[in-house]
Amino acid sequence: MGTGTGIGRVRGLGSARHGAHHWLAQRYTAVGNLLLVLWLLFSLISLPGLDYDSVVGWIANPLVAVPLMLMLVSIFWHLRLGMQVMLEDYVHDKGLNFLCILLLNFYAIGGAAAGIFAIAKIAFTGIVK
Amino acid sequence: MARTTSRPLSPHLTIWKWGPHMAVSIMHRVTGNGLATVGALGLVWWLMAAAMGPEAYATFVTCATSPIGYLVMIGLSWFFFQHMVSGLRHFVLDMGAGYELKTNKSWSLATFVISALITILFWLYIFGKAF
Repeated sequence: MGTGTGIGRVRGLGSARHGAHHWLAQRYTAVGNLLLVLWLLFSLISLPGLDYDSVVGWIANPLVAVPLMLMLVSIFWHLRLGMQVMLEDYVHDKGLNFLCILLLNFYAIGGAAAGIFAIAKIAFTGIVK
Repeated sequence: MARTTSRPLSPHLTIWKWGPHMAVSIMHRVTGNGLATVGALGLVWWLMAAAMGPEAYATFVTCATSPIGYLVMIGLSWFFFQHMVSGLRHFVLDMGAGYELKTNKSWSLATFVISALITILFWLYIFGKAF
């Protein structure tokens, strides 16, 4: 590959044909977040209380646990995509950028797993006395 | 990013006059990353505390209902509503609409007004119910 200008290096290589995927996934998860987080906020302010028994009893309902889990997938997927764009813009060093994206993937997958596990535990075991 | 550093760059950040469209774009990134870090960790903490039992949940409630806790929660709710309204604006822009100078400016300003109003109504409802 030549050492000329930026445009010279990519000319003729064509598109990788997956440029729109990131952008589209950001929009899909944005719609997911819009619906699910608004549902969470409306549900929380409608609950009789936010004490341990009310919250755990609410989460244990399958019709709550499933959308909550989906919300965690949507949130952590969306934030992974968004923070990736932010890191690409501000972390110019290639090695450091690689490390940041690696840590971001750990954070996104780990965070979603922790949240989903917590919901599953509540849904399967109910209130701990 | 491989960039030929000897080539001049346009002074893109220093020569523009500040406008609402710039502010709303920057705020979209700030609120998004705030929610992605503090917001997401807070959400997982809340769920984990509920899964661990009454004591862990009581610790969470003590922190969340402290003055700093309320400040963080009110801030996060404002960040969420700002990111949400700004995101809805992005959907309109994605369809190729709303780029006319005056329309763009007024909708940019509107996102700040709408998100502030929703945040105020949200917390008025919460405090109205609690006291």
